[in-house]
Amino acid sequence: MATSLSSLNPAQLRRLKVVLFIVATLPFLRLVVYTINDWLGANPVEFITRNTGDWTLYFLCITLAVTPLRRLTGWNWLIRLRRMIGLFAFFYAALHFMTFLWFDHFFDVAEMLKDVVKRPFITVGFTAFVLLIPLAATSTNAMIKRLGGKRWQWLHRLIYLVAPLGILHYWWMKAGKNDFSQPILFGLIVAALLLARVYWRFGQRAAARSPAAG
Amino acid sequence: QKLAAKPNPAFVVMDKQTSFKDASTYNNYYEFGTDKADPARNAGTLKTRPWTLAIEGEVKKPMTLDLDSLMKLAPLEERVYRLRCVEGWSMVVPWVGYSLSELIKKAEPTGDAKYVEFVTLADKAQMPGLGSPVLKWPYVEGLRMDEAMHPLTLLTVGMYGEVLPNQNGAPVRIVVPWKYGFKSAKSIVKVRFTKEQPKTAWNLAAASEYGFYSNVNPEVDHPRWSQASERRIGEDGLFAKKRKTLMFNGYNEVASLYTGMDLRKLF
Repeated sequence: MATSLSSLNPAQLRRLKVVLFIVATLPFLRLVVYTINDWLGANPVEFITRNTGDWTLYFLCITLAVTPLRRLTGWNWLIRLRRMIGLFAFFYAALHFMTFLWFDHFFDVAEMLKDVVKRPFITVGFTAFVLLIPLAATSTNAMIKRLGGKRWQWLHRLIYLVAPLGILHYWWMKAGKNDFSQPILFGLIVAALLLARVYWRFGQRAAARSPAAG
Repeated sequence: QKLAAKPNPAFVVMDKQTSFKDASTYNNYYEFGTDKADPARNAGTLKTRPWTLAIEGEVKKPMTLDLDSLMKLAPLEERVYRLRCVEGWSMVVPWVGYSLSELIKKAEPTGDAKYVEFVTLADKAQMPGLGSPVLKWPYVEGLRMDEAMHPLTLLTVGMYGEVLPNQNGAPVRIVVPWKYGFKSAKSIVKVRFTKEQPKTAWNLAAASEYGFYSNVNPEVDHPRWSQASERRIGEDGLFAKKRKTLMFNGYNEVASLYTGMDLRKLF
């Protein structure tokens, strides 16, 4: 039987989801194995913080890449994977935040909030994380129904804010090292993914209005 | 390579020493890359012999010393110092060297010498990190004359009873234990005595974050994180609370250098 990438049957989609789930869990499992074996290096907290931060950004980028990729390839089933990818972005963001709350502040919430208010780079990262919470909370089919498709979609456009905030957070963190190569790369990727949407929304409409070349 | 040195009990803190492995694999040395693991990986290309150190500027006796005469200039001592990085972690390292003041006295600074500037080697062939624009190369650090003359300020050639590993600033570096780690310039090729305050690398990169003095001070936060506490590498693991950072990193004997100065402004 010839399988075409442009359409998947339900069984194939299920298998694909299982594979995706396992792959997306690997970075977390790696952290667990490294922690148990004491492979996190001289500064374990720093290692975990950076690693979970990196994976949050990776998953945010992948989430944002789904729609452009789908448009370019015509693989409509990609949209069926987006929820899981987005939830993994939230999962790694939550681990990142927990590392900060637990190992940096030992659950001293008052101290933690002081840090959030006082330091712009933490303010921005914290805001991005808080904005992700309603998206994760409304990710079920029941919630989509309750909100109604339109409102749900509007809410989930928060991701267009969350991703740049996440990069700004990373940018300011790296400012201490004066080393912007990584944040610039992330910035370019997210900018391209967002601009693609702007182009499809407005650029094409304008093209459709102008008379066709003959 | 072993390095004989007598411990100097006047300069030995009782804290548990950081393991050699941690101290030699967790480094900030941007000439070899900005990741903490980069220096240990990349510093093999650094050629530490032959090496010369030029003493110049406002001195009566400018000179150029090779490594052997530098090592023989004064008896080598072992001193165990706390090291506090501006990033919020700390170590305890047994260094080998002698007070920088010994060298300064030999050079006989003139009355115009108000500051001392340390210049790190900047050779693209040996240092892959120089290709990146993170800092203005060569790395320059500096001290006020009285800070440089303070007996705690150590001209350092070894650690853990051996010559310095390349990633720790071989063959000769400065260690100023009451200041954040970046003040302690590595792999020094030049010591210059100046009238004007030196333009130091991190201060040039971000003056609002890294002052010229950069004394360890739990009351003056870095704009992006608190300096009130620190994580001791190898000891304060994942589940241990961080320890309180001490004023001047616990070296209160230097406090008199700063009487009358507002250390919040001159951070």
